[in-house]
Amino acid sequence: MLAGLHPNSPTRRTLSASAQLLRRFHLDGPLLGLLATVITFGLFVLYSATGENIGQWLSQLERLLLALLTLVLLAQVPPPWLRRISPILYGVGVVLLLLVAVHGSVGKGAQRWLDLRLFRFQPSEIMKLAVPMMCAWYVHERPLPPSLRDVLVLMVIILVPAVLIAKQPDLGTALLVASAGLLVVFLAGLSTAVIIAGALGIAAAVPIAWHFMRDYQRNRVLTFLDPSQDPLGAGYHSIQSQIALGSGGLFGKGWTHGSQAQLEFLPERSTDFIFAVIGEELGLVIQFVLLLLYLAIVARSLYLSVGAQNTYARLVCGSFALTFFVYAFVNTGMVSGILPVVGVPLPLISYGGTAMVTLLASFGILMSLHRHRQLVGA
Amino acid sequence: MPRAVRIKDHWREQRLFSNRTLIALITAAVLICGVMGRLFYLQVIKHSYYSELSQGNRVRLEPMPPDRGLIYDRMGAVLAENTPAYELELTPEQVPDVADTLRRLADLGLIDPDQVPSLERVIRTGRKFSPVPLRLSLSETDIATFSVRQYAFPGVEIQTRLARWYPFGESAVHALGYVGIISEDDLKRIDRDEYGGSALIGKSGLESAYETELHGAAGQQQVVVNAQGRHVDRLGGVPIHLENKPPRGGNDLILGIDMRIQRIAETALAGRRGAVVALDPNTGNIVALVSTPTYDPNKFTRGISTKEYVALRDDLDKPLFDRALRGTYPPGSTIKPFMGLAGLEYDAIDPTAVRNCHGGFTLPGSSHVYRDWKKEGHGTVDMRHAIATSCDVYFYGLAEVLGIEHIHTALSELGFGKLTGIDISGERPGLVPSPAWKQQAYKQAWYPGETVIVGIGQGYLLTTPLQLAHAAGIIATRGKNYRPRLVTAIRDAVTRQVKPLPPVEDPALTLKDPTHWDVILEGMERVMEPGGTGAASARGAPYRMAGKSGTAQVFNIGQNQKYEAGRVSERLRDHALFIVFAPAEAPTLAVAVLVENGGHGGSAAAPIARRVLDAYLLGKYDETGPAPVEAVADPQER
Repeated sequence: MLAGLHPNSPTRRTLSASAQLLRRFHLDGPLLGLLATVITFGLFVLYSATGENIGQWLSQLERLLLALLTLVLLAQVPPPWLRRISPILYGVGVVLLLLVAVHGSVGKGAQRWLDLRLFRFQPSEIMKLAVPMMCAWYVHERPLPPSLRDVLVLMVIILVPAVLIAKQPDLGTALLVASAGLLVVFLAGLSTAVIIAGALGIAAAVPIAWHFMRDYQRNRVLTFLDPSQDPLGAGYHSIQSQIALGSGGLFGKGWTHGSQAQLEFLPERSTDFIFAVIGEELGLVIQFVLLLLYLAIVARSLYLSVGAQNTYARLVCGSFALTFFVYAFVNTGMVSGILPVVGVPLPLISYGGTAMVTLLASFGILMSLHRHRQLVGA
Repeated sequence: MPRAVRIKDHWREQRLFSNRTLIALITAAVLICGVMGRLFYLQVIKHSYYSELSQGNRVRLEPMPPDRGLIYDRMGAVLAENTPAYELELTPEQVPDVADTLRRLADLGLIDPDQVPSLERVIRTGRKFSPVPLRLSLSETDIATFSVRQYAFPGVEIQTRLARWYPFGESAVHALGYVGIISEDDLKRIDRDEYGGSALIGKSGLESAYETELHGAAGQQQVVVNAQGRHVDRLGGVPIHLENKPPRGGNDLILGIDMRIQRIAETALAGRRGAVVALDPNTGNIVALVSTPTYDPNKFTRGISTKEYVALRDDLDKPLFDRALRGTYPPGSTIKPFMGLAGLEYDAIDPTAVRNCHGGFTLPGSSHVYRDWKKEGHGTVDMRHAIATSCDVYFYGLAEVLGIEHIHTALSELGFGKLTGIDISGERPGLVPSPAWKQQAYKQAWYPGETVIVGIGQGYLLTTPLQLAHAAGIIATRGKNYRPRLVTAIRDAVTRQVKPLPPVEDPALTLKDPTHWDVILEGMERVMEPGGTGAASARGAPYRMAGKSGTAQVFNIGQNQKYEAGRVSERLRDHALFIVFAPAEAPTLAVAVLVENGGHGGSAAAPIARRVLDAYLLGKYDETGPAPVEAVADPQER
């Protein structure tokens, strides 16, 4: 928008040097500011949540810098280029998923990783970006809202990788990949009638899905419905996490003073359940602030997507923005016990590099698609 | 029908997208509000509920064992104390296979293989989370052996605990007793909460009799544990503040025993089997309680091996046996003053009446001759003279006249044949025979000849050294009857106040005629004067004594044979006995000495009594015996 101003307008002249720098690198200031705030807060929390393990903290910082670099680099990529590589990225992703299914090294009892000698690599992470990009690519040339036939094709595009990932088994990632794709379909204007029909279809599919679920997945669902059934087994995560939150109160027990987290009653305290550490040590007020920051990031991203140049850009940006929201909602919902336990990290805060890189990569793409629009339009 | 061609309408698509975005944003906001609502419910409405759960998660109550009370002698010397020792402990819930773990520990020589079955039982009956001591004291070699293999023994740990230590070792062990690992049987008797964290319990002597005083009460400690149950003392960066209910330590015991005198008596008896009991007749306080041979109680407190224990148990000299309380012996001639008192009280004889002693006594209508120890006889003797020279014939006749029923009643009143009530257990009553008793025990009638030999302390009559000292005390105080006791005061663990225990006075012995006391006392004083049987031991004493020697037959010799010490094996020789109190005019100490197979009481037992009296009355502690020993980790390494 600033870019649209006349070069000699007063507003233009008052732009600070840093704003010019941001513009030059196709970065969105407010969004970057919000992201930086959450990330900084996350590092602060993580120091406590790792039990003051400076080694882990530094390795997270390292990955964070890598992720930021990815964001900045991707923001420089011209949007048509992004659109053109979408099907390639998607195709390579599906092939890698198949490879993992056959040869993948086993980590944490699940086949998720592909050992590329130099680094271990999770192809399902690519799909978080590739699926919505592929969906948008498919819809881009077609009139909106999509026809029923288009919707069916989109469903295949979404479900193939989602099922492969779910088979690994990694329900959390499968859920995120599928929702990223489905959000594209929703934003593309899928008719309300189809949405309702789809919802009913899913409801009907629940018993079928139940049949295909692994035991631990079924346990998670059962535990979600009644955690007290198995307080030391499957319900342990849920119960301990709610104890951590509830005992934190309004203002928390103090940074590094959370007994649930520090004494390791809280499982996965630095990864999936870090939101419980925030609740226990810093309290409800800080949690509300964090949730509002997340909402602000979603709102800003959606705002940017509305201003994007073409259908592809809009859909990808919108999908990324809402996927980010799905992360935040599923994680906080799971930690607070209103959703079943699925392996979804708290965005920008949980310990672990891959999710951080993928998330910031999606924001990089988002900024690229938004900021380049006048060049594309020219 | 021509197919409708749909044309991309960018404006419409943009509007559609904006609408959808708005819907999505509103949905997101609503969902976030849902999460916020849930958080509000958990963290504000249910805050106190979850706070309690969180507290319960991390804080666990653990027992804190109390420090066992100490035992002091009358001069303040420590007889039993607590010193740190390295203990091998097993926590059942952390051990995957208890039987296998114990077997492997036994293979390494860390525990006694013979004790594995009993350890296994204790582990099975105990609480899963409270540690069970496997061995009380590890040597440095053991610690090294275990430390390098600790990884193979999950749930087995070396802990520093307070172990009992007896600095004087073998001294006064029969009075003090010892502590040992709480056994299966002990577990049935005790309150487990009181013994939380304790490994030891009194097994004998004072340690057992005063267990409740010495033990104290376990406290409780709040400890913070992490999810694995491991103790932590810091939460994040800060130390944790917790509330503790400290244990109440055991009370200290203060004894009447004077360790200097105890050890003089022990040294005097060294190498012999015997007993010495010295008590203050005016209070019942025991000054020395000796039984030899003795043993080292520190072996028990540090975990005695079955082999060592069997060796002690089966030793022919019976070191574990407390001769002072449990040894019952014929009193021999030491019974004569008491017999004389009975004769006077029952008017069986006049004190000045004389009897002619030719060296033998026969019952009317019997040819059996009851011989005097002095073959040629004592000539004409009255009661005082008979006591002083220990004339057997005089007392044969007196017993016959007195009759067994009167003897039984009189001796019972003097405390024979029943427990004295000393404040440790294990005492034996001995035996004062009566026709009724014989009928019950042997289904036989009482023969008159049996009365005759009771008159000189032989036959069925059995007394303990403690009873002799106690009865001597009754005569010494002209009838006062204080119950013998070891503990004279208790120091409270909390207030540190010493609370003296008042002496326990049993009903005094009152005579029809108090001048009868004088007759007996004079007789006993004359024992210690030239011409008396104990005169040799009284030589040079600056105080007056009143005593009586005794020589008890172990081996029955034939009618016409003479007892010759050299010809009977050592274990069949006569027991030597001696009772004495001094100063004669106002006695403050009564002593009974027994030397098993020692021969003559006047020569074997009396000198020992003299040394005890010299020490007590004159302060002559010609230093003897080993000095107290500092505790070391392993008694074997000493």
